[in-house]
Amino acid sequence: MSSAPPILSLRDVRYRYPGATQDALAGVSLAAGPGEFHAVLGPNGSGKTTLVRLVLGALVPAAGRADIAGRSAHLWPRQDLARVVGVVPQREDNLFPQRVRETVLLGRYPHLSLWGRERPEDHSAVERALAACDAVQLADRWVWTLSGGEYQRVRVARALAQEPRLLVLDEPGVSLDLRHEMALFELVRGLVDRAGLGVLMITHQLNLAARYADTVLLLADGRPAAAGAPGDVLTRETVERVFSWPVTMQLLDGRPQMVPLRQPKEPLA
Amino acid sequence: MRWVALGVAAGLALVASVVLGPAAVPLGELTRSDIVWSLRVPRAVLAFLVGGSLGVAGASLQALVRNPLADPFLLGLSGGAGLGAVVALAIHLSGPWALPLAAFAGALGALALVYRMGLVGGAALDPRILLLAGVAVGAFAAAITTAIVSLADAAELRNAFLWLWGGLSAASWDTVLVLVLYAPLPLAVLFAAARPLDLLALGEEPARYLGADVERVKRRVYLAASLLTAAAVAVSGVIGFVGLVVPHIARLAWGHRHRALLPAAFIGGGALLAIADTLARTVVAPRELPVGVVTALIGVPVFALLLRRWTIA
Repeated sequence: MSSAPPILSLRDVRYRYPGATQDALAGVSLAAGPGEFHAVLGPNGSGKTTLVRLVLGALVPAAGRADIAGRSAHLWPRQDLARVVGVVPQREDNLFPQRVRETVLLGRYPHLSLWGRERPEDHSAVERALAACDAVQLADRWVWTLSGGEYQRVRVARALAQEPRLLVLDEPGVSLDLRHEMALFELVRGLVDRAGLGVLMITHQLNLAARYADTVLLLADGRPAAAGAPGDVLTRETVERVFSWPVTMQLLDGRPQMVPLRQPKEPLA
Repeated sequence: MRWVALGVAAGLALVASVVLGPAAVPLGELTRSDIVWSLRVPRAVLAFLVGGSLGVAGASLQALVRNPLADPFLLGLSGGAGLGAVVALAIHLSGPWALPLAAFAGALGALALVYRMGLVGGAALDPRILLLAGVAVGAFAAAITTAIVSLADAAELRNAFLWLWGGLSAASWDTVLVLVLYAPLPLAVLFAAARPLDLLALGEEPARYLGADVERVKRRVYLAASLLTAAAVAVSGVIGFVGLVVPHIARLAWGHRHRALLPAAFIGGGALLAIADTLARTVVAPRELPVGVVTALIGVPVFALLLRRWTIA
């Protein structure tokens, strides 16, 4: 049992937005190493996005530590951090029309000097990233002509072009259809298994997280409701309590799968 | 190829602005003529520098405020500069540098106000707040300007009015020298921000995660573009549309990567203003049109075509 040093380490972090009356996040710990897939689940407003921002050094924890490779995330120069952590943010928009290869090339910027041109290794990193995401045939398309699923693959490719050790995805499956959502989870799992990438994924997809992730962290009101292997965390009691909805749990390939129940009809008053 | 075409266009623009003019100078005497050396050449060089500065400032600000309709004057600088110039005219400040210095001071005042408003409530130069602050400060300065102009006598009024539409008739080797010494620093800051500006097109958060120090880039680009514009407006008045249209034309040929786009916008802006100024001083010779009128008459139809292209695409 080798214990690889964690790329990401959250220890008992707490954060409160200026002017807020309660903590957005408190008492959360998480460690992610290479070849590990960690999913973060929780209802809307449970602190998932705050957690991502702490991990990426965009927010400074009020207490506890958020470290990337042993150094406080917010103390990293952004360019250095972008060589270690690649991000697929929830939202972005292209102000000007761009081709797929151009947008993936933006992932090489953390590796370029102020005035230097792209080197051959930058272009080969772009091609490798496109290939890893099955997006080579999209390379010359305009970004705005892509479908939602293709666009997500391209965005993952851009993050891979950064050649990071940790990949952070913030709700990457939103608005994807079944095939593309499954393909995305397969892609991410493959990167973890084959390339030894560490992954932190924020998602609403309880069942897919249970099947693909190594650990899940379930957040409720900014507190960890449960954390650990999917089978230990996603019990009926915990899920019902956190999401305030009756569910039943089943097993598929040894992983828990949640089925939400219909609400019993109340007679009209 | 694109660069060659642009270089040739710029060369032709400069040659035309030296050869053509209200006074007929025989070609054989071009190199010996006083009119050419002390009037036309500095004026052509100044037009090129001002146009280039406006082109680069416009391209940078469009990426910074994430709005393709941004113009170097959008953030209130024209209002502030206009107010400074009109005050200088109204209180009869004399000397060759009174007007440019007053306009520069006015532009800096507007810049400081807009910058300060852009930091309100920890907004950290939120583009939306900057745009609103720019419009508000510009409108306020324009109101005061109009009040002063409405109380002025006819000759002053005409001078102020002409200044507000831009002109390069005050060009001299001195003004060229001032700009040559002044412009390289803000230009270098903007060129150095080329890569982060590419990233900002995706939005601030994605840009940050791709390695851009977003807060620092926004601050630097905003200040450098504004200082460049303030100098341009001080020596030439308010010349619209160069900073709006040139970056868009340059994007058609060079794409959106600022490493190529910014130099192209500089040369293109310089060429366009040199041509516009040549037209301004020749079409109604011996009188002169404000060069801002010419850039608007050229710029608006071009802009309309660009809008058409966008809506079709």
